[in-house]
Amino acid sequence: MSQTMSSAKRREGLFSNENRRKITWVLFLLPALLIYLTFMAVPLFDSLRLSLYQGEGYTPTTFVGFQNYIDLFTNQLWRGKFFGAVRHTFIFFAIHMVVQNSLGLLFANLLSSDFKGRNFFRTIIFTPATLSVLVTGFLWTLILNPNWGAVNKILVAMDLRQWALPWLGRENLALPIISLVSSWQWVGMPTVMFLAGLMGISDELLEAARIDGASEWDIFWRIKFPLLKPIIGIVSILTFVDNFNAFDVIYAMAGARGEPSYSTDLLATLFYRTGIAGEHPVGIPNMGMGAAIATVTFLILMAGVLFWLYLSRRQLAEEA
Amino acid sequence: MRRQKLNQVLTYILLTIWSVIVLFPLWTLIINSFKPQKEIFKDPFGFPKDFTFDGYIAAWKTGRFDLYFTNSLIVTVLSLTFILLVGSMAAYALAKWKSPVANFLYVFFIAGLMIPIRLGTIDLVRLIKALNLQDTIWSLIPVYVAMGIPIATFVLTAFIKELPGEMFDAAKVDGASEWQIYSRIVLPLMRPALATVAIFNMIKIWNDFWFPLVFIRSEESRTVALGVSLLFGQYRTDWTRALAVLSLAAVPLLILYVLLAREFIKGLTAGAVKG
Repeated sequence: MSQTMSSAKRREGLFSNENRRKITWVLFLLPALLIYLTFMAVPLFDSLRLSLYQGEGYTPTTFVGFQNYIDLFTNQLWRGKFFGAVRHTFIFFAIHMVVQNSLGLLFANLLSSDFKGRNFFRTIIFTPATLSVLVTGFLWTLILNPNWGAVNKILVAMDLRQWALPWLGRENLALPIISLVSSWQWVGMPTVMFLAGLMGISDELLEAARIDGASEWDIFWRIKFPLLKPIIGIVSILTFVDNFNAFDVIYAMAGARGEPSYSTDLLATLFYRTGIAGEHPVGIPNMGMGAAIATVTFLILMAGVLFWLYLSRRQLAEEA
Repeated sequence: MRRQKLNQVLTYILLTIWSVIVLFPLWTLIINSFKPQKEIFKDPFGFPKDFTFDGYIAAWKTGRFDLYFTNSLIVTVLSLTFILLVGSMAAYALAKWKSPVANFLYVFFIAGLMIPIRLGTIDLVRLIKALNLQDTIWSLIPVYVAMGIPIATFVLTAFIKELPGEMFDAAKVDGASEWQIYSRIVLPLMRPALATVAIFNMIKIWNDFWFPLVFIRSEESRTVALGVSLLFGQYRTDWTRALAVLSLAAVPLLILYVLLAREFIKGLTAGAVKG
């Protein structure tokens, strides 16, 4: 009797039990929320607003509506570079998708069988992912150096002198080569994720197929591959998001201007030159335009993520 | 049986080829940093004959690697501390508070996994200037903490949700407050998950080049990544020094990786595998 009385009393007023608990939970959440809002969410959304302004330096104050976007899409000064950067970014992503993720799938499949030295190989495949992208880029610039680099020295020694090309100096070669270097660095990520997926497939299922006389090739394509589909989706979307704002590797291997003659210019390098460093030779950042480039990148990313969510929902629905 | 043998041989061959492709550049990086320039060009693949520390001495004298290391270390350690602290507190509330507010905030936090914080850089430059933090290492820390919160809340919330509920009920019956449960029960149990989050963010923060490039000019505030890029630019034609600079940047994390490979791999792929 007295217990129900006191709990009823406690429930009244601002400092009732219920409210006090709410306040406790809010206090737990507040520090993370404040930092996340101030240094991530608000800057991201304020960049969208900023893309509607023009003006030099740190305070673009003149409201111009969609003028920055119109310039970006139609003005001679911007159009070529912008669509070039979009195209290069898609190529950069596509090469990762094909080379890095196929190799990852292959390595995961090899590593999923039981043999001596498995952990050793897994550790090695993952090693480059712990390096700084900058170090990887600089290191490979030296290795690919046309005169002194190891790659061309080996080619010459193998009597393949005609293949000893200036890898980073040709417009049609530089972007694929840089994408391959970046794939070299990150192939461990899809490998480990696919490996986790393959370990989840029951041994009995695979053993039964083997007893029925299925080849490893058939087992991979008929059993493993379909079961890996959700993980392939996750790997794809991560590859997409990571490579759509790649900057360091281009900066290290081709400079902020995406040499030779902008052939390796990505959205992130264009964004950096326009909105932050300032385009050569003026050197004054155009923040409004930079924000417009960031916004377009953001929208492409969102479209990709929503498309992935749609696909994975549909697959879930089909399975259910 | 024979087919299985053949498969295994093929496995070894393919993995060995790739291991050579991975290790060979790292090997040449480290051995050539101890050779004079002439020997690098003449014999790039052998052990150094004219063993020299010139590259390292020059890099240490021109650049101030002691300073860069200290700066990177301060930034990484402080950022990680804050990420783990605020991230674990938020994760506890997100996992245990049954309310639409918590559900909404959970989605709001993990949306950051898909949106690179770099896209907000222009506004961050203005914000850092307004806070009078530009050109200091303190400008990096709040940005890195914000960058680490999505993965921290994602991994830690999932971890707390998997803890047995009776444990929490028992603690409450004993009269423990939420703070006590958090600090005395949840935090100690969460150590493996905290390690995963710490390693994931450690690699990202230590290797980050973008924000130092944007925020920092003066020598006093340079991090290792920024120092490497500036020194490498100066040394582009002097390979002994260039390779010494790259080795100095790469080796600390490589050693740590060799010691803790399992944790590193788990850390770097955190979030993806569970998602």
